[in-house]
Amino acid sequence: MPIRVFRSLIVCLFFATLYGCGPTTPKKQTVRIDGSSTVQPIMTAAAELYGDKADIRVGVSGTGGGFKKFLDERPNLRTDISNASRPIKPVEVELASKVGVDFIELAIGFDGIAVVINPQNDWAKSLTMPELRRIWSRDGNVKTWKDVRDTFPDVPITLYGPGTDSGTFDFFIETVVGERENARSDYTMSEDDNVIVQGVSRDKGGIGYFGLAYFKANENKLAVLGIDPGDGVPVKPSLETVRSGSYHPLSRPLLVYVSTGAAARPGVQTFLQFLLENAERIVEHPKVGYVALPPEMYQLARRRLDRKVTGTVFAGARQDKSLEELFRVDEG
Amino acid sequence: MSSLPLSTAQSQFQPRLAQRRFWGAVFMVICWLLSLVSLAVLVSLLVHVWNEGGSWLSLKLLTNYASVLNPREAGLKSALWGTIWLAVLTAIFSITIGIGAAVYLEEFAARNRFTRFIHLNIANLAGVPSIVYGILGLALFVRWCRYDESVLSGALTLTLLILPVIIIAAREALAAVPSSLRQAALALGATRWQTVWHHVLPAALPGIMTGIILAISRAIGETAPLIMVGAVGYIRSVPESLRSPFTALPIQIFDWTGRPQSEFHHLAAAGILVLLGVLLTMNALAAGIRAWQQRSKVQ
Repeated sequence: MPIRVFRSLIVCLFFATLYGCGPTTPKKQTVRIDGSSTVQPIMTAAAELYGDKADIRVGVSGTGGGFKKFLDERPNLRTDISNASRPIKPVEVELASKVGVDFIELAIGFDGIAVVINPQNDWAKSLTMPELRRIWSRDGNVKTWKDVRDTFPDVPITLYGPGTDSGTFDFFIETVVGERENARSDYTMSEDDNVIVQGVSRDKGGIGYFGLAYFKANENKLAVLGIDPGDGVPVKPSLETVRSGSYHPLSRPLLVYVSTGAAARPGVQTFLQFLLENAERIVEHPKVGYVALPPEMYQLARRRLDRKVTGTVFAGARQDKSLEELFRVDEG
Repeated sequence: MSSLPLSTAQSQFQPRLAQRRFWGAVFMVICWLLSLVSLAVLVSLLVHVWNEGGSWLSLKLLTNYASVLNPREAGLKSALWGTIWLAVLTAIFSITIGIGAAVYLEEFAARNRFTRFIHLNIANLAGVPSIVYGILGLALFVRWCRYDESVLSGALTLTLLILPVIIIAAREALAAVPSSLRQAALALGATRWQTVWHHVLPAALPGIMTGIILAISRAIGETAPLIMVGAVGYIRSVPESLRSPFTALPIQIFDWTGRPQSEFHHLAAAGILVLLGVLLTMNALAAGIRAWQQRSKVQ
């Protein structure tokens, strides 16, 4: 009876479709979040702790991709909150004013970038910023560890790093090398930081960089370098040194942007208040692995949200200013 | 006259049986080795994934939502249901459109320059990278049709992705049906439509099903086009309607493999096993239907 089978199959599929079209149950408040994959664990953890009081969706389109959705031409496709591992760029601010989106900028944590080497590397304990620059720039011509510092042995140096699409790459290259054109590209790049962990842990001359959380999860396989910012006192990245700001300049702020339209909705507002009130335990949760800001900073952020202070504090900001100084600017 | 070249050929013919058997044996060994290599790759992959994630398989994995704070309690509920929704919807769309297109092209359409042009295009579309279909789906379904970032947009995008494969497979299967079957039906007074519906299509169904199985299996393993059309990374609900937001198994697995902590890598491996399970279940279902079909045809 092949025909009957075929027909009943088609009928079944048809009803399955109809069932799918059926009425939907009344919805909870939705909160649409997208953006940086670095910030995503923080928001996911917050959503998890917040529970079923709202329908929270977190996407991972990357910082730039997230801003594209945050500033969509069509209001109903716009996300409510955009995660960013770098401050909003001037072109994105321009786009925001063009499509008519006013946004509130909130800092929610720090991420330290750890520069890691193989544990068998017994010569390098710390590097200075100029030495890092020589390693990662095109015109540095570094082939062996001896090229980095004369006292190091003549062991070939192998580089590992995040891919050019990642916010970590942008931040590291901008901070260490300066101009993107001068960044080396003749090494193993991977969007998956676990590949960098594998590479450096199997290569005696290896060196790589990524977020502190990846070093903490692999402390037995890797060694971390202290970074000398220029005063002769190298500092290793840790919760304490990143939080106090002494691990400098390789720490970056993690930010979220919320549109004033979304912030006016009770669902989004209560979620963000919850996030800022519980930020410390969320951000420093061992499975999230970032560094919390000082408590005053979260109070500043909550006030900012209450007063709906729009715009970015990073526009034309000087690099040597601390995050706290930047956010204090609009106080008073 | 004609016997002369034959006899000379016969006289020059040397059986050299030993040599031919030897080369035959060598060829067989090569074939064996080649199939062993592909099998070894598959087995080592499965063993590796099983070692990583086997002990993390549990019912919780199927019934709990994803969790960052507590990997031991994390599950795939939203991703699993998202994938099931996608698979069922994609099957509905792609089977109806795919078989329809193949039947038209093979049984009804005239063979002219235009249909040849269509054939060529379908064959080329089968080789287009999946991310391109993602971009097309974003422009066409999410934005132009205003289906937004829903499970419907995802399923329609996957449908576009696998349609060429289904159409090509269905056309091959229809072409393989002996034309004596069509001629017999037509000679007995059946209309063209009756011939196709009652005789050609049932005869071609096993071949068509094979194509569908392969195509749907490919569709549910896709990640990139779904991310393009807005599948989310984290959501604490399962799709309730065609317009619901969704996530899918490959996206959840991708998310877990990128995390720093090793617990998530085990979860990802367990997720791969679940995805393989879904795939095998679907294939077994389709193979079962196919076998049943063939049996009932014989009776």
